[in-house]
Amino acid sequence: MEHYSMNLTLKVWKQKNTKTKGHFETFQVKNISSEMSFLEMFDVLNEQLIAEGKEPIAFDHDCREGICGMCSMYINGRAHGPWHHTTTCQLHMREYKDGDTIVVEPWRANAFPVIKDLVVDRQAFDRIIQAGGYISANTGNAVDANSIPIEKHKADEAFAAAACIGCGACVAACPNASAMLFLSAKASHLALLPQGDPERKIRAVNMVEQMDKEGFGSCSNIGLCEASCPKGISLENIARLNREYLGAVFGEGGDNA
Amino acid sequence: MNWKHYFTTSVGRKLVMGFTGLFLVLFLLVHCYVNSMIFISRNAFNAAADFMGTTVAIRIMEIGLFAGIILHIIQGLMLARMNKAKRSIGYATNTTNTKQVPWYSRSMTLLGTLVMLFLIMHISHFWVPSRITHDLNATKLPNGVETHDLFQKMLDVFQSPIVVVLYLIGVASLAFHLFHGFFSACQTMGLTSHKYKNFLKGFGIVFSVIVCLLFAAMPISMYMGWVA
Ligand code: HEM
Ligand code: SF4
Ligand code: FES
Repeated sequence: MEHYSMNLTLKVWKQKNTKTKGHFETFQVKNISSEMSFLEMFDVLNEQLIAEGKEPIAFDHDCREGICGMCSMYINGRAHGPWHHTTTCQLHMREYKDGDTIVVEPWRANAFPVIKDLVVDRQAFDRIIQAGGYISANTGNAVDANSIPIEKHKADEAFAAAACIGCGACVAACPNASAMLFLSAKASHLALLPQGDPERKIRAVNMVEQMDKEGFGSCSNIGLCEASCPKGISLENIARLNREYLGAVFGEGGDNA
Repeated sequence: MNWKHYFTTSVGRKLVMGFTGLFLVLFLLVHCYVNSMIFISRNAFNAAADFMGTTVAIRIMEIGLFAGIILHIIQGLMLARMNKAKRSIGYATNTTNTKQVPWYSRSMTLLGTLVMLFLIMHISHFWVPSRITHDLNATKLPNGVETHDLFQKMLDVFQSPIVVVLYLIGVASLAFHLFHGFFSACQTMGLTSHKYKNFLKGFGIVFSVIVCLLFAAMPISMYMGWVA
């Protein structure tokens, strides 16, 4: 596509800290290139604000290549903006036209309190992982890659689940602010492998308990999480998590599938 | 962790919804089958209704049914309230994007509440006079057994076009509730693995359409005088 430049109106959430109330502020940015990423557009805006002696907008980012999961922005009613399977840093300005207005909000969930502007505290995810998203193997030298043979389809499914980058888009998009897609991805990539077997009976239950404690909602199987996930984590992981949970309740301990 | 706790976590509560929901679906199947006797004859229907009303095992199951539906309603409304409280500050931008997921998946509480209102009316139309107040005409079945003429009661009730329309709204709400509900219950129970996912989704929709069309046909054909 032809390269073009555009002027935009941005309505961005501003909030001093967790305790204060936030509000929207309107900004104008000029000469934004269609080749820029969404975050580069924010860089331009922030440089402009600094030059004007104003405070720049705080937003999270790190890798800027779609793998770290930091760039949480809720853009015009969609987590990470309108592109499928895309993080905010991989959203590019060719999506927008000259004169567009873009509304940018932080992830909204009580379990993700706003730290400042668009930055939210996602440590609740870490605590869910600590509650059960681990295996208790002795460390030491890495073992030989093929010493434990694993069926191809299980390896593939475990790998697909392990692709979760912990961005929280699933929570942001869910009407219940449920963390079940994240939780189920973190539980699945272990539940599918023999290395995850020793903790099988406690993993699902402990992680679900922690999720509840953190103040996330329950899963109504609506599917907006799957639709918003930049890594294409499937709802099938939630079914597997539920199976693991039932296995713990009825003593069977899941079916490793 | 004790048993009670297993069923009061977020996943546990959904298991309660799923189990009671599927139990209600099973009841719908029986209910639809029995009521479809009206399309055969007055006596066939009255005999079936008599069997349902006089068999002890079925009357005991009826208690389970009431318990199930009350549990389902209370748990459903509790979940809706709890989930709403998890996002105190909502989004400013409109998030109702029906292109991503169907509207009915996001409207289970509304649809369930419509079904509940319908059920109150429905129970007071038929269940109360036949099981509690006994103010129905008597009729004799061909085998000599005396029973309530529930068929006549249906004919009477469905003379009112307003009642017919209310029934159709109730049945349509139920259909959409089940479009999402059947699959959702299977997902909650972990049945929707890669192999069965699409089958269960399709089955839920076909099941809901067939059952609800049959239910809808009952008030309509009574009103139009297609059955007598
Ligand atoms: C014959 C009547 C009914 C049937 C067959 C039925 C069936 C179902 C099924 C199968 C589910 C899915 C369960 C799951 O997601 O695991 C469900 C969910 C639900 N039902 Fe019903 N239901 C009926 C009546 C009602 C009524 C009267 C209400 C009243 C409010 C209600 C409220 C709900 C709600 C709120 C959910 C969603 C819960 C959630 O996902 O968070 N249902 N129903
Ligand atoms: S499941 Fe997807 S949307 Fe949720 S945290 Fe993981 S990568 Fe992000
Ligand atoms: S900044 Fe790392 S995924 Fe966007």
